Amino acid sequence: MIAWFGDPSHWQGSAGIPARLLEHGVICLWSMALAITIALPLGVWLGHVRRLGMTVTSVGNLGRAIPTFALLILLASWEPIGVSDLAAIIALAVFAIPPILTNSYVGIREVDARATDAARGMGMTGRQVLQQVELPLSVPVIAAGVRTATVQVVATATLAALVGGGGLGRFVVDGFGRQDPTLMFAGVLLIAITCIAVEGAAAALQRVITPRALRPPTPSLLPRHRPAPSVLWKTTAALDTPPPR
Amino acid sequence: MITLDSVTKVYPDGTTAVQDLSLTIPAGDVAVLVGPSGCGKTTTMRMINRLVDPTSGRVIVAGRDTATVDPVQLRRSIGYVIQQVGLFGHQTVRRNVATVPILLGWRADRIRRRVDDLLDLVGLPPETYGDRYPHQLSGGQRQRVGVARALAIDPPILLMDEPFGAVDPIERARLQQEMRQLLIDGDTTVVLVTHDIDEAVRLGDRIAVMGPTGHLEQFASPLEVLGRPATPFVADFVGSDRLVRLLGVTAIDVRRLQPLHPDDGSAPQLPMAATLREVLAAILSSDSGRVRIGDAGVLTMAGVRETVQAAIAGA
Repeated sequence: MIAWFGDPSHWQGSAGIPARLLEHGVICLWSMALAITIALPLGVWLGHVRRLGMTVTSVGNLGRAIPTFALLILLASWEPIGVSDLAAIIALAVFAIPPILTNSYVGIREVDARATDAARGMGMTGRQVLQQVELPLSVPVIAAGVRTATVQVVATATLAALVGGGGLGRFVVDGFGRQDPTLMFAGVLLIAITCIAVEGAAAALQRVITPRALRPPTPSLLPRHRPAPSVLWKTTAALDTPPPR
Repeated sequence: MITLDSVTKVYPDGTTAVQDLSLTIPAGDVAVLVGPSGCGKTTTMRMINRLVDPTSGRVIVAGRDTATVDPVQLRRSIGYVIQQVGLFGHQTVRRNVATVPILLGWRADRIRRRVDDLLDLVGLPPETYGDRYPHQLSGGQRQRVGVARALAIDPPILLMDEPFGAVDPIERARLQQEMRQLLIDGDTTVVLVTHDIDEAVRLGDRIAVMGPTGHLEQFASPLEVLGRPATPFVADFVGSDRLVRLLGVTAIDVRRLQPLHPDDGSAPQLPMAATLREVLAAILSSDSGRVRIGDAGVLTMAGVRETVQAAIAGA
């Protein structure tokens, strides 16, 4: 395994790690761009006008129920799309839409009604209420949706290799085809590392775009409220003591 | 001046919130809409800045039928404070207060000066509180920010919906007192909604008592509402202790004073500006049952009763 990663030839050319990583990234970027373009404005707008809540929730649940793998095969076997990265991009976008749509809708919808009422009452237009009050206050929820979708897409983009696309999934699929466990495992490891890195980056980005006052306090390594030892001991003692007859 | 002319509001689900309501609030007055929950007092207030449009009837503000005015422009000229304030949690205190001036496109330095003046006015020194966020303030402080925000452009009309509902009784009394000081000689017309008759009596120049079906039961001075309730509903709403409530808003009448007696040196003493409520409290704790009002004379229980009855008769 270490030898595989140490081999310079695996870091070069169109089948090398950097090239596959780039392919993976491009597939993810396109599918996320597609999903955000569709789901974010739609969710935000529906939340603002407070309409079709049931529909949004249903679409969200339905979307989660669509098997991405089946959709991928279906798209790849359809003539105009065929076996390509495009099939993967569309399938992944469909996969990414539900969390973005639901969170955008809920995020806007759940903004404190008193804040929006005050905003309207002070003479903000609907657009100003959305831009100055609803959107900033819902950044944490909307960003969480996008972040969830991103990590899921990065992990699932592995499937692109099954329909002839590129990406890190190639190592796994090729390893499987050649009965080469080292190659397969190296691929899995790369995907896992990529996902963790993306998750970390997404979390950092989410923090940066969240208005200062709405940011959660910096997590401390030590738990803030440690139960007093005596309390712990009492609890344990109480459990040990048989109930009185 | 605000005039509601036969205003009715029926919601799409068939609920009649306000029924054929007519009243005129003179400029500079504090009018309090009071009544049990669900009586349509908030709906009535929201029809003034067109957050709710009446089903029938007219609302006239500053001589113009509001139905003919752009609601956004109308609202920018009317201050608005709601229960639990609705401050914008992502913005600092300064930015919250600056909301309407920014909407109106004031210059930055003018906004800054105005906002700092307002924060001083509501007792929140800007250098301490200006850059805080709403979640860093107490309930009473948030309420003060809400009032400052509503007063930002010194609007001719101020609408307040249960503005002191979310704070503890001590803080509420203090805010009411400050609000009174702020409004007493101002030329701002205020419409305040509350379910608390004591708050209405304390703050209102006139009180509109609304009944359960969105019907206006009485619109009169606090003295009149407490002293001579117009309907059984009002009498019930202001309570059997209405005359006790009245003590808090009745001034001392010199004509009811008795001359000072040599023994009155040890009697409790109150200034002429005291209310009858304070006088009564002092009488109850006085051995002689007599209270000195400065050097002008003495009030006894009989004097208090006569003052109240004369006030009701004259109302």
